[in-house]
Amino acid sequence: MSDLAVEGLVHVYAEGAVRAVDGVSLHIGAGERVVVIGQNGSGKTTLVRHLNGLLRPTAGRVTIDGADAATRSVAGLARIVGLVFQNPDRQIFAPSVRREVEFGPRNVGLRGAELRAAVDEALAATGLAGSESVNPYDLGGSRRKLLALASVLAMRTPVLVLDEPTTGQDVRGVERVRSVIEAAHHAGRTVIAVSHDMRFAAEAFDRVVVMRDGRVVIDAPTDEAFAAASWGTLRSTHVEPPLPALVGERLGFGSTPTDARLLEALAGAQ
Amino acid sequence: MLTLESVSYRYAGARGASLRDVSLELRDGEVVGIIGPSEAGKTTLALVASGLAPRAIGGTLGGTVHLDGVDLAGRPMHEVAGQVGIGFQDPGTQLSGVTETVFEEVAFGPMNLGVPRDEVIARTWDALATLRIGPLAERDPARLSGGQQQLVAIAGLLALEPRHLVLDEPTAQLDPAGTGLVADALAAIARAGASICIVEQKTDLLARLAERIVVVDGGRLAFEGAADDVLADPRLRDLGVAEPAGVRLTRLAGEARLPDRASQRLTGAIRDLAAADR
Repeated sequence: MSDLAVEGLVHVYAEGAVRAVDGVSLHIGAGERVVVIGQNGSGKTTLVRHLNGLLRPTAGRVTIDGADAATRSVAGLARIVGLVFQNPDRQIFAPSVRREVEFGPRNVGLRGAELRAAVDEALAATGLAGSESVNPYDLGGSRRKLLALASVLAMRTPVLVLDEPTTGQDVRGVERVRSVIEAAHHAGRTVIAVSHDMRFAAEAFDRVVVMRDGRVVIDAPTDEAFAAASWGTLRSTHVEPPLPALVGERLGFGSTPTDARLLEALAGAQ
Repeated sequence: MLTLESVSYRYAGARGASLRDVSLELRDGEVVGIIGPSEAGKTTLALVASGLAPRAIGGTLGGTVHLDGVDLAGRPMHEVAGQVGIGFQDPGTQLSGVTETVFEEVAFGPMNLGVPRDEVIARTWDALATLRIGPLAERDPARLSGGQQQLVAIAGLLALEPRHLVLDEPTAQLDPAGTGLVADALAAIARAGASICIVEQKTDLLARLAERIVVVDGGRLAFEGAADDVLADPRLRDLGVAEPAGVRLTRLAGEARLPDRASQRLTGAIRDLAAADR
């Protein structure tokens, strides 16, 4: 299992340009579920792309189990951290769904029955079982996104990083993503996501990291991150707390960031 | 007015039709939301309504699409592009890829349509200001975040000043503030007489923006009506469409059989918050 640490991370894309990430330190223990939120351009995607070595720090470092990630090869990192892009078309290239999902685990050395099992499991988890021979580009946008997720899941990495996994998904698609996260969590894997979907953030994660202008402005358990005391900071980075949080506060229940928590509080308040 | 009459559409090489017998009227100044489960045909409907399908991507169209009474099929693409703007879900598809600054990117569309230079410049600054991305004017579009690129793509559409706008999940990658800015900008151009057709998963956004909502399922129109009625319709849930947060909470409260007083407190708070939002 893998322990991730980001230490004083700075990333500047081009010389003299914006500091997309400007001094971020985070420790994410094995098995945690963490969501990164914040306004457009606040550095969320840039931050998570350092976790699998896709971007190299301008300053600071990322360590995995204490060892500097920069000392590992990209292939070595790929066995530990699986990253699913926001846009599946940046990632999909194979002629069939099965071949697409096989590519990653094959590259990290899975063969034969083990490979088949990893692929079947990922296809089942994402609802793509039965579509193995379909050309990825004949899938609609929402299923292409689930395919990108499946192809990373199949690598069975101890850390999963999902960039905006619920965009373009209907209710069932969001449910699929939630159940994938749930299953990964039960298997002891770390899940880190970037999201603008506050309902998803509040319901599927235990810890919330809020970014503004390349820095972390809140890093707290979900209840605390969406409590009234945080709203000013959330709104300063263009985040609106989920509706049940607003309603719960208005009714004097304290922090109730999910539908379930609010209904519990309402039922208990007699 | 944009009119689709008994439209069916099949993608090139596809076995079945993705749209079947869809008739839809988009009146000037009207904002119509298109919702439905994944792969219901929403994006296809956007491609057909904008004239891109079958003209640019092939495939077979049945029925007709009329723009102000003229059949789209008979008109050259540059003419259609001057009348109907289309916004894609992924800004990477939308951006030209040939400009070096955000300013040039936003100016690219009206320049290509032959709008006079001074007016292009004025429109470009206006569009950037409306979406509050003026400070990005000198940046390289390729080096912006996904959400910032989406705002740039929408600014490009605003600068075209289209009479009709077809948008496919224009706020998918935006934070709530960006989504709010886009909603305000769209409402303003609708008030100026443009008609807007917007495909969305975010029903909370449509509750605020759309007057009328059309529900698509299996390539057909399932039902349509005034936005408030459709968004509260229990059939949405069966189709797998996300309900607006307030509708969902109220339903869950009903299913949990909360005491009357608790339910009343809940609906009162939701109502007050919605009123404060407007």
